[in-house]
Amino acid sequence: MTFSQHTLRTAIVTAITLMSVALPLKSGKADALVVDLSNHLVAITTGFTGTDVLLFGAVQNEGDVIVTVRGPDQDMVVRRKERTLGIWVNRESATFKNVPTYYASASNRPMDIIANDNVLQDYRIGLKHQRFIATNDIPQAEQKTYRDALVRNMQNVGLFNQRPAKISFLSNQLFRTDIHFPANTPTGTYMINVYLIRDGRIASVKTTPLVVSKTGVSAEVYDFAHRYSALYGIIAVIIAVISGWIASVVFRKG
Amino acid sequence: MQIYLPIAEISVNIFLILGLGGGVGFLSGLFGVGGGFLITPLLIFYGIPPAVSVATAANQIVASSVSGVFAHWRRGNVDLKMGLVLLFGGIFGSTVGVWVFAWLRSLGQIDLVISLCYVIFLGIIGGMMLFEASRAIFRTRRKGGGIRRSKKHQHSFIHGLPFKMRFYRSGLYISALMPLLIGFCVGMLTALMGVGGGFVMVPAMIYLLGMPTGVVIGTSLFQIIFVTANVTFLQSIQTQTVDVALATLLLIGGVIGAQFGARFGSNLKAEHLRALLGLLVLSVCLKLLFDLVIEPSELYSIMPGNL
Repeated sequence: MTFSQHTLRTAIVTAITLMSVALPLKSGKADALVVDLSNHLVAITTGFTGTDVLLFGAVQNEGDVIVTVRGPDQDMVVRRKERTLGIWVNRESATFKNVPTYYASASNRPMDIIANDNVLQDYRIGLKHQRFIATNDIPQAEQKTYRDALVRNMQNVGLFNQRPAKISFLSNQLFRTDIHFPANTPTGTYMINVYLIRDGRIASVKTTPLVVSKTGVSAEVYDFAHRYSALYGIIAVIIAVISGWIASVVFRKG
Repeated sequence: MQIYLPIAEISVNIFLILGLGGGVGFLSGLFGVGGGFLITPLLIFYGIPPAVSVATAANQIVASSVSGVFAHWRRGNVDLKMGLVLLFGGIFGSTVGVWVFAWLRSLGQIDLVISLCYVIFLGIIGGMMLFEASRAIFRTRRKGGGIRRSKKHQHSFIHGLPFKMRFYRSGLYISALMPLLIGFCVGMLTALMGVGGGFVMVPAMIYLLGMPTGVVIGTSLFQIIFVTANVTFLQSIQTQTVDVALATLLLIGGVIGAQFGARFGSNLKAEHLRALLGLLVLSVCLKLLFDLVIEPSELYSIMPGNL
């Protein structure tokens, strides 16, 4: 998705206005941080091939910014293949609870420079600080392997980002970053956290939701297939029978 | 042009899918086969989840069987009674098959079972086709083609089974258990592999039941319509893996492809056609086997846990 220069400028002006309005209310205690998205809704339509959402904001005083985007949680099963009788078969597995279906982060500088691990750990910032809980009994060392495999697989399908994206500062106060959503983006409500960090300490946090939902024909089909699955099945058969019949009529003429 | 498939939940190239349907339709017109055994592996190679591929292929076969059965029905080439007995077994088989499918899916073994079934069946069928066709090609043209079948009144263990029924159209007086069993097995294959199962049922009808070749195709098509319809219906309810958008695209491509295939086919010799089809079937089989045997680059796979 392209974001026109003009819209961007308007957005930033709005952001600054918002900031100046917000400032007097928060008298010094929390550091002023204003953020917004170019779009609060990612619509998965029939032609959806992935999209970028622009996150922009402003800080009053200089500092580092980290953005994290977390999709709705889900249980995940990780299976390991082993060679059995010459072929590769799924054998052992581990089930993890509370795995985000999407996770991305962005920062203006490498995260480990911005803050030390303890701080990042406390706020669960970054992929390696996400806590996935294995529900079946597997040794600690094994758990790590499965966890890594889970992250790797999610990265391969583009749902976890490989490394934090870049946040660019336009001046000392205005920043922006693009959040990419691939074609296979799961639906649900996403939480976007923006952290303002100064001197290695979290100075301010802003949270904003983002909704990813299917719209249009594909959404209705999916909804229908899950809600009225028997009727959906019957319709699928009827469509097939009718088109088969039409084909036979056309074929006879030809 | 990309289209987002509502059930498969991925976006695919619309022309590629149309082309895939068209290509398989062309082949099915050319060789006179259903094509389900090609469409399912090709969809999997393309990246459609195996479960969606199998269930959607079943849906598409409903259409291709309906379009095929009319011509046979008009010529009276459908043994309705035999078809109904086969169907009875088929409904049971496919219902059990869909249940087994869901069970294997929860164990994480469905992909493996689908691949293994394909490797075994495609290997046998492709090998036999190629062998038989190459023998026919190298033989001088002494006799006309056509499948020789066993004598009608040959007695085997089948005739000792109880529940005998008379099938007038096929001129048979045999136990209903045998067609029931054949129907059951083919129904299982439909549910697990997303195929019509004609490639198993037709030889079984000729060699095991002793049906006259004239009514075999029509009767098997008749049975396949209802069994694949049952699979479509049950998969919709149990696994929600039937993608109507994908099925429709495949259908459109398939119908157009079949027309060209049938015309092109009349220019080629039957045994050459069979040899080509045998080669094609074997290469799909080898590709699947290769994927099972070589060490995968990623040994771990993930799946949502709440299925």
